[in-house]
This record gives sequence, structure tokens and C-alpha cells, in this order.
Amino acid sequence: MIGNAPFFVVGLLFLGGLTAIFIEKNLIKIAIAIGIISSAVNLFLVALGYRAGGTAPIHFLAGERTVMVLPTPQAMTLTAIVISLATTAFLLSLIMLVYRHYGTLDVDEIRRLRG
Amino acid sequence: MNWNDHLPALLLMIPLFGAFAAPLVCLLGKTMRNVLLVGLSFVTLLVALLLWKSVLAGGIAVYVMGGESFNLTLPSGMALPIRIIMEVDAFSAFMVVCGSIASFAGALFSTNYMEKFTGLGRFVSLYFLLTLGMLGMMITGDFFNFFIFIEIASIASFGLVAFWRDRPEAIEASLKYTLVSQVGSMIFLIAAGALYGKYNALNIAAIGSLLQFGVMEKIALVFIIGTLAMKCGSFPMHMWLPDAYAEAPSGVSCLLVAVSQASLYGLMRVCFSLYGVNLGGSFIPWMIISMGLASMFFGVTMAVVQHEIKRLIGYHSVSQVGYMLLGLGVGLLVLTDAHGMAEYGFTAMKGGIFHIFNYTMYKGLLFLAAGAIYYATGKRDLNEMGGLARRMPFTTAMFVIAAAAISGLPPFNGFVSKLLIYESVFAVHPALTVVALLTSVLTLASFVKVFQTAFLGPEKSVFTGVREVPSGMLFGMGVLTLAVLGATLFPSWTLSNLVEPAAKALVDQAGYIGAVMGGGL
Amino acid sequence: MNPLSVVVRTGCDLFAWFMVVFGVNVLVHGYMTPGGGFQGGAIIATFTAFLLVAYGGRKLLGWANEKIFDLFEEVGLLAFFFLAFMGFPVTFFYNYLVKPLAAGGVVPPAGTTALMSIAVGLEVSGALSMVILTMYRGIRMFETAPMEEEIGHDR
Repeated sequence: MIGNAPFFVVGLLFLGGLTAIFIEKNLIKIAIAIGIISSAVNLFLVALGYRAGGTAPIHFLAGERTVMVLPTPQAMTLTAIVISLATTAFLLSLIMLVYRHYGTLDVDEIRRLRG
Repeated sequence: MNWNDHLPALLLMIPLFGAFAAPLVCLLGKTMRNVLLVGLSFVTLLVALLLWKSVLAGGIAVYVMGGESFNLTLPSGMALPIRIIMEVDAFSAFMVVCGSIASFAGALFSTNYMEKFTGLGRFVSLYFLLTLGMLGMMITGDFFNFFIFIEIASIASFGLVAFWRDRPEAIEASLKYTLVSQVGSMIFLIAAGALYGKYNALNIAAIGSLLQFGVMEKIALVFIIGTLAMKCGSFPMHMWLPDAYAEAPSGVSCLLVAVSQASLYGLMRVCFSLYGVNLGGSFIPWMIISMGLASMFFGVTMAVVQHEIKRLIGYHSVSQVGYMLLGLGVGLLVLTDAHGMAEYGFTAMKGGIFHIFNYTMYKGLLFLAAGAIYYATGKRDLNEMGGLARRMPFTTAMFVIAAAAISGLPPFNGFVSKLLIYESVFAVHPALTVVALLTSVLTLASFVKVFQTAFLGPEKSVFTGVREVPSGMLFGMGVLTLAVLGATLFPSWTLSNLVEPAAKALVDQAGYIGAVMGGGL
Repeated sequence: MNPLSVVVRTGCDLFAWFMVVFGVNVLVHGYMTPGGGFQGGAIIATFTAFLLVAYGGRKLLGWANEKIFDLFEEVGLLAFFFLAFMGFPVTFFYNYLVKPLAAGGVVPPAGTTALMSIAVGLEVSGALSMVILTMYRGIRMFETAPMEEEIGHDR
């Protein structure tokens, strides 16, 4: 059971982020919620690759032990971190421009495209 | 070495080089920038055609990035494939041809269309990145890699949708798209991680060969279908699509159409090649069919009331995606039923796949024609237009061809694919055909409205100075017109050479898996 | 952003360079540690962030030429592409410099992987510095006159 604890944390973080996206009105807070979701997914991937008692998956630095954690989820996580960094930077720049154009960060007032 | 073996890598390498070299080349001036944009897009198109030819002749092409040899998918002693594997079967090759034609046309169009604006080095770079992401999604054989290419395409398209950063609407559309798409991709990544955790593999073929249908797979499937249906603009998650398509520069809208088809490709690849016969019952096919019906109907009803051309065409995209989901969903429904497959399922799939080709061509053409109208008149609202046919004869002619094709008027290619869908889904349930026909009628009505208000009628005094658009834009539209007319004049050639191998490859799950996992195992 | 106090600026003078050293260290050992191009490049780019926070953006924009960062980005990207392309007689991205383990010594040669880390590190350090500078200029745009409008818009 305790081995599954990371996955519960992942679920809580993910649901928290998703809820925040739906109920928050401030665009900056929505951007933060998307960051939380990305962190939840990254945590999920890292937790997935862990093997009990495993060591770092580097051939020359591993030492005596032969059990290593899976390197693939770690590579996936790094890639996902890079992607979420790019998206977050882009999202914040967009929010800056939105504030410039609309003078507000409230999602309910940013409604020029409708219907 | 034989370049033929390296075509899948070349297909990704050329846009990649274009994206990386664009900021440097753009320092050399306007001509060099246009040469880079159009030239590399054309080379990509050539490579795509060669790849399609070699796949038709030699079967599924497999390419291992960084391997000791290009087709060494299973190095000795490995039970599962390692490294990043590109896998191109006839369906992928078909999609690649569609996508690269759209990319080439959009590039030609953009040379003249974008020349007034600043920041074109970044524009060219992002354009190539978008092409790269789209082509990568179509040929990759790896689940995580698919996610990477989705994200490359998404981030490039966020930037391109918001390219006119002094337009509040463009920023808003891009923000909406970013929010929706980012949550979607994270959900997709969870699904990929779940499948990896269960089967220790990321290769689609490898997972497909091991797959047992259980609870985890059901959750992953629902996550994947939800995300990809959102990305291709199907009904419940379609609200970002008309905004993004309408606010992007027109050459980019044309390419975005092809990108949404790449998401549709991913959806079909997962349903047919990853899950395939393990799909467990008819719930998922019916879900896809009902999503298709809802997108068709609600998309077209929303489109009829629009009065801004590109937004109207954007809503038609929602409804046209419904046709493909309908056709391919019916194919999925009878995947395990050999009799039904031979009777009507295969026809429905042929119709759906042919519709992908037609849709990419005429929808791209419509977006380019709408962009040409904006360029010439500077107006977006249909109510302010009128009598443009005298001033812009070529644009008018090409718009008419595209509008007739999308409404399914008899000689045109849209009619052929729609007829294939009508006659085959009738066998499943007549109501499906009724909705499809109704959609087609409403499509015709809305395009008659656009044509009548924009091009016919008395000439408005503000338009006396309007000229036909420059030649680059006309050539861009001409490429797509040629494709539409080609499919119109030679429907049987297109069906038997382009569409049928693709449909066969999509049904053949064992072949897709065997190409990577090795038949000799 | 306004400059911070003299204590912070002196601290930045003394220690900010070590971020570059540390970043380069992470970057060149990318082929055998969990670090690599992106991580090293991101650490190097914190140098720009330090300068921005300590000295304020107005001064930083005076010091830094954005063309340099652009150049870093371009060189990194094209070097990465070139390294991948050189593997071509075998496959795209083929590691043609790698040597068998027996010929290696303490640290086995990683071939193109190490060089690619350096290329990616160059690219990322340039790109992230550009992102920081561009976002700062975006903030400044609120204080100054209207943003530059595009001409010939269909709006």
C-alpha cells in the first residue's frame, strides 16, 4: 500500500490542478494550475520507473549494486519538463499581452471571440 | 548507401534544417527567405511523394534513429525494440502526402501574404517547426515520440496563431488553444506513462503485440481518445478550433487543417493498430461514431449563423471532421466481423480516408481564398463585402471550386467521398446517413450564402481599388486547386492508388506489428 | 525592475560567475551524469536572471546585446543538426565517434552524445537568456508608449 502512495499524491495534485483551472478566474492562477498538472504528470513518470532499492542508472557510477531504476521514465520526465517550461514561458507572455490589450486578467471579461 | 531507405529520416530532417537555419538565412534578405520557405517545403513534398511511392512498392518502411543499420529494430538479445523507431505504412504515407501538399501551398501563399509584417525570421522558423511536428506525428512508431511531436506542433501553432500580437482576438484565441491543449497533452502523457508502466515498452507495435484488454488499458484508451479528439476538433471539445483557425494568418490556417488531421491519424492509429481486435466490444466505436455525428450537426449549425468568413470556415472544419470520424468509426465497429467488413465496413473506411485527402485540400483552399479576400479588401465581415467577382476573377474561380467540393456537388471529389460514406453507413443505421445528408445540405446553404454575399451582387464603392492578389498567393491556391481537380477528374485512380492501400494498411494490425517485432520471431 | 541594494549587487558580482562555471561543468559531463545540455544551459542562463534581478533591467539591456544570444542559439542548433546529419551513411543521429568499451579507459568516450550536450547547452543558454530579456521588455512595454503596430494589417 505504501508503495502506491506516490500515485495517490499524483492523483490529488492532478485533480487539484484541474479543479483550479475550472474554478479560478485569474489567468495567472490558471497558469499556476497548469504548472501543477505538469508536476503531477512528471511525478507520475518518475514514480513509475522506481525500483525498490535501485540506484542511479549510470553504468560507471552505480557502484556495487546491480539493481538500477529505469532510465526511460527519467528521460521522459526531462523532456516533459523542458516542454512544460516552454509552454509556461509562452503562456505567461501571452497573459502579459492579454493584460496589455484587455486591461484585465479576469477570464470572464476576456470575451471578444464568441458565438 | 541507398537514399531510398533513409526517406523517413529525410522527411523530418528537411523541415528541421529549415527551422534551425531560418533566422540566419533571413538575415540575407527577403529573396533568400522566400527561397528557403518555398524551396524546402517543395523538397519536403518531393520526399513525401517518394516515400509514398517506395512504401506502395516495398511495404512498410521502418527506420531506426541512430541505429547501427536503418532497419535494426530488434538488436540481438532484445525482446522489445529499443531506440526511436519511425514506422511508415501506406496510411502514414498517405497522410504525409496530404500534409506536405498543404504545407507547400501554405508556404507559397505566405511569401506574399506575410511580406508586410515584421518578425518573419521567427515566422519561417515556426512554420517549419509546425510542419516538422505534423510530419513527425504521422510517421512515428513510438508513443512517447508521438507526444513530443504533438507538443512541437502545438507550441509552434500557439506561436503562429498569436503571430499578429497587436490583435487582441489573436492573443485570446491563442490563449484559449494553449490552455485546452496543454491540459490535453498532459492527460495524453499520463496515458503513455500508464501503458509504459504496464508493458515496459513505448513502441506502438510492441505494446500492440502484448496488449491484454483490462482496466488500465481502458483508462489509457479513454484518455488518449479524449485528447486526440480534442486536438482534431471533434464536438464536445471544439471551441478552440474556429477561434484558432480564424485568427491565424491564412497560410498557417491551411497548415493547421493538416495538423488537425495528424491528430485524427493518431486517434485512428491507436484504435486500429494499438488496440485493434482487442478493442473489446462496440462501445468505443459507437462513441467515435456519435462524436462524429454530433460534430457534423452542431458544427454546421454553428457555421450557418456566422458572418466572418474564416470563422465560418472554421466551424465547417468541425463538421467535416465528423464525416471522417463517422466513416472510420463504422470501420472500427466491424473490425472483427469479416462479413460486415467486406460488405460495408471497408467502403466506409475508404470513404473516411478519401475524405481526409479531400478535406485537407479544399479546406486549405477555402482558408487561402478567405485570406486572399482579407488581403485584397482588408475586411473580415461578410456583411461589408459584395461584388468581388469582377475584381478578383481567379480567387473567385478557385473559391467556387472549393465551395462546390466541400458541399458535395456531384462532379467534385467531395461528392465521391461523401457518397462512399452515405452508402456504407446506411447499412449500420439509416439515421446516420440522414444526419450526414442534412449536414451536407446545410453546408451547401452556408457556402451559397458566402459566395452570394462576397462575390456576387452590385459592386460596393469602397472596392473600386481592389486588385487581384499577387502571383505567389495565386500559385499557393493553384496547388490546392490542382489537387482538388485531380481527385475530381480521376476518382478511380485516386481511390485505387491512394486510398485503398491506406485503408488496407490501417486494417492490417498484424502487418503493422510484424514490421517492427519481426515476422521471424 | 529597479536595482537592488549594494549588498545584493556585490553578492551578485562575487558569485554570479560561479553559476556559469557550474553550468559548464554540468554541461560537459552530460554524457555520464543526469545532467546534460538542457540542465547546464538552464544553469548558465540563471546568470542573466541574476544580473536582471540585482542590477535591474534597464542596465542589463544596455549591457547585453541580444544578437549574441541569438548567435548562441543558432550555433547550438546548427551544430546539433550537423552532428546528427554526419551520422548519415549509417543512420540519422548515428553515433559515429563512439569507441568500444575496451579502448576507453576510466571514462569511456561518448562520441557525439557529449558534443550534442554542448551544442544543446549553447542553444538553451542563449534561448533562455533571450526569454528572460524578452519578457522583461514585455513588462517595460506597459510603462512606455503604445506598442509598435503592424502595418498593412487586415484589421
